[in-house]
Amino acid sequence: MSDMNTAMVEKYRSSFLKEVEANVEEGDWVKMCMQCGVCSGSCPMENNWEHPPQELFMMIRANKREEVLSSSSMWMCTSCYNCIARCPRGLPITHIMHGLAHYGKRLGLAPKEQPTVKFSQLFWDNLTKTGRVNELKLGLSLYFMNGFGEGIKTALKMKDVGLGMMKTGRLNPFEIFGGHSCKGASDIKKMLAKAKEIEESNTAEFKG
Amino acid sequence: MKIGAYICQGCELGDRLDSGQLATTATRDGKAALAKEHPFLCNAEGVAMIQNDIDNEGVNHLVIGACSRRAKTEAFNFENVTISRANLREGVIWVRPDTDEARELTQEMADDYIRMACAESKSMKIPAASGEQELTRELLVVGGGISGMTAAIEASKAGYKVDLIEKSGALGGVAGQLVKRVPAKAPYNEMADTGIAEMAAAIEADGNISVHLNSSVTKTSGAPGRFEVEVSTESGATNTVTTGSIIQATGFNTYDINKLPELGGGQSPDVVDQLTFEKLVKEANGGAIKRPSDGKEISNAVFVQCAGQRSEKEGHLPYCSGHCCLTSIKQARYAKEAGADATVIFTDLRTPGAGGEDFYRGGQEAGVSFSKGEVSEVVSAGGGLEVKYKDMILNEDCTIGADIVVLATGMVPNNGPDPYLAQDLKAAEEAEDESLVAELQAKVEVAPPSVLNLDYRQGTDLPHLKHGFSDSHFICFPYETRRTGIYAAGPVRRPMDMQQAQEDATGAALKAIQACENASQGRAAHPRSGDLSFPTFRIEGCTQCKRCTVECPFGAINEDEKGYPQYNESRCRRCGTCMGACPVRVISFENYSVETVGQQLKNVDMPDEFDEKPRILVLACENDAYPALDMAAMNRTEYSSFARVIPVRCLGSVNTIWVTDALNSGYDGIMLMGCQKGDNYQCHFVKGSEMAHYRMSKIDDTLQSLNLEQERVATYEVSITDTQRIPQLINEMEETIEKIGMSPFKF
Ligand code: SF4
Ligand code: SF4
Ligand code: SF4
Ligand code: SF4
Repeated sequence: MSDMNTAMVEKYRSSFLKEVEANVEEGDWVKMCMQCGVCSGSCPMENNWEHPPQELFMMIRANKREEVLSSSSMWMCTSCYNCIARCPRGLPITHIMHGLAHYGKRLGLAPKEQPTVKFSQLFWDNLTKTGRVNELKLGLSLYFMNGFGEGIKTALKMKDVGLGMMKTGRLNPFEIFGGHSCKGASDIKKMLAKAKEIEESNTAEFKG
Repeated sequence: MKIGAYICQGCELGDRLDSGQLATTATRDGKAALAKEHPFLCNAEGVAMIQNDIDNEGVNHLVIGACSRRAKTEAFNFENVTISRANLREGVIWVRPDTDEARELTQEMADDYIRMACAESKSMKIPAASGEQELTRELLVVGGGISGMTAAIEASKAGYKVDLIEKSGALGGVAGQLVKRVPAKAPYNEMADTGIAEMAAAIEADGNISVHLNSSVTKTSGAPGRFEVEVSTESGATNTVTTGSIIQATGFNTYDINKLPELGGGQSPDVVDQLTFEKLVKEANGGAIKRPSDGKEISNAVFVQCAGQRSEKEGHLPYCSGHCCLTSIKQARYAKEAGADATVIFTDLRTPGAGGEDFYRGGQEAGVSFSKGEVSEVVSAGGGLEVKYKDMILNEDCTIGADIVVLATGMVPNNGPDPYLAQDLKAAEEAEDESLVAELQAKVEVAPPSVLNLDYRQGTDLPHLKHGFSDSHFICFPYETRRTGIYAAGPVRRPMDMQQAQEDATGAALKAIQACENASQGRAAHPRSGDLSFPTFRIEGCTQCKRCTVECPFGAINEDEKGYPQYNESRCRRCGTCMGACPVRVISFENYSVETVGQQLKNVDMPDEFDEKPRILVLACENDAYPALDMAAMNRTEYSSFARVIPVRCLGSVNTIWVTDALNSGYDGIMLMGCQKGDNYQCHFVKGSEMAHYRMSKIDDTLQSLNLEQERVATYEVSITDTQRIPQLINEMEETIEKIGMSPFKF
């Protein structure tokens, strides 16, 4: 990953905007932002952002590559779509946010300790193992994400919810033993491997 | 003279007022030869009744007691008679409560207005044009850029002959030097051809337009309808052209880039202004653009907006030039098309006009990068340039490299010198105000050469408003200048882009044609268009003080060989400022004079001191204050029944004798209402309101000598929207009088 990062840095030394256009989902929209700030003003998470969307777009144009890709900002996006609905220039802002997050993660620049980053990884690992989300395991790994002690505390706090879910059949304690998988779990793995291959060959084009 | 008074009973007038008594007032007090009441005066029958009296009874002075003079002007439009209107509807019943207690005062008000109209009528003469007019269907256009060419083409289409004067060797002006233009029609997001070559060809082929290249105007004399203009070529050959009106479309110059060393202006050949960049792109001829210093093909162009503009720094332009944001977007697209990167650094991106926003979006789609930032410095670095700026979104200092930097330096109008400069200098020298003399002297030294070389007493060129742009009434008469029959079009009037310049030129051409047509009939230009009266003076009384000549806002008055004022009827706008200025009161119009107003105010019935009925004289500008009062009446806003309102053409026409007379005849309060003065003036006659304020500031002496309180005379700046405020001001005056007591001058 970091090799790719180095290659990218070389290629796009002077223009991060071009890199974003080439590699980030919906990235070619970034140039269309006219800095009106409507998106930032519409965002329910606004106060929690390190850089609100409009500022991120400006940073991209100002070649702030590291800062953008390692920012926690786009990880704060809740996909509420308020910004998209309101942007007078029609930018697919939510998609760009996810695109930027994904690209930063691929390059290994995403902030390691950011909870959404962590959760996303847990979710991904959990899902790709069997082709199904194992809720018990996902829940547990989430509780223990920040260490054993924290995990116990969280588990105790959440025990009523867990029991309730069990009672209504929403959570099966036996899932802890492997759990059930989807029918073609191995096919899903093949699919994902292929997708990764395509993605990397796409990026390879920009490496050289 | 035979005065016929006509009292209308329509619009509830008959119910609210005793029209019989009004008729009696007209004949007994007003000395009208006949007075008739009519239930519906403005209908066909009522109008026919009046016309019949004109035709068969010899009535030639009409007094119409009905609605405001601003209503039913079509119906009450009679030829070859004088018309006075007593405003009984808007001026009386609509501003009074309909109660039994109010009735007496309401009737008194109406009676006064009838007396006043009769008194005015007696002092009026039937206006007639001087008969010296002739129709000249010819225009002179100075400047062969896009504004001048548009004006010439439009005028020719309207059947006018045009002399087009261009000081260079070719038509086209600045627009002719451009590669492409910001589009004036859809698709707005694409660059368009300038169309200049086609325009020049059209002019060439147009038999109505004679083009004078390498020529300039060396003398302009005369007046609208009969200007005599000397056109001289570089070689010195001169011919004289007679023209009906003139359009000055001399455009602009780019602001001197050398005045911006901090932005690299004059420091590096690779820092250029927008016009120079056009030249580089033209030279590239569709290929890569080469930078001036070493011919390297540019790969990165940076455009700096507001370079020395919208800046309060000494020597900078404080205004927005209005076109350069769009121009930079266009030029950034040239760079993109030539394969280079382009970044526009702006503090505010301003893209006016219908297509402006689309063009901006088109620039974004083409991949032009836009950064909101303030550029502090452009320096040479590593064989190129570095632009240092503060990114205003990120609040950080940034640097961007560039092969070429294009500064949006904006426009400086190509106007002649401020005509009042020489006069002011002379006055300062006479007053021995040394610092002012030095200041004005410095201004005279840098003043540009004259464009029109007007042979006017008030100077050689069009008066300026601010920053060297010619003066025009921005809201009401945008194409106007303060020299009647001379119109400014394009960036010489205000900063603008090509599209606006073309619209402007079209408007100016139509106005210029209107001026010719009006002048040919001896009619005034706006705002009193159609007025046949013009000022004359009683030569025996004139002391040659030159107040009228100096104060006329339109330079209409020259001096004859003997030093007497010489009125140029077709230059005159009929504001009456000269009449207000004349200390010996010898200037008058047939239908408006010191007498017509003086008699009105004297013929108000003046109750004695113990009647508890004060009288307030309101002299209201007919363009704003009077209409505002009419509108207040339409809303049934009540005001003091003690007010007597007389419309005046402009506060500038108010002669201080009216104020003195009013004080002497026992008025308790006097209110003068005119339009806003100063740099953002709203006065329809530019300086009238200002002159009035100035003159009234001197009235305090008069008040003192009469032993009267200063509060009795007040001058106000009002606007047409003050429909609530004006009635309130009148009521406040009534309260003031209550406080300070009645005037001691009642007989
Ligand atoms: S709303 Fe759209 S145009 Fe405005 S700042 Fe946000 S992304 Fe940019
Ligand atoms: S048009 Fe010119 S002066 Fe106005 S904001 Fe744009 S660059 Fe500045
Ligand atoms: S009426 Fe007005 S425009 Fe005419 S000469 Fe007098 S001051 Fe000048
Ligand atoms: S203001 Fe009156 S007195 Fe003075 S020059 Fe004019 S007309 Fe003569």
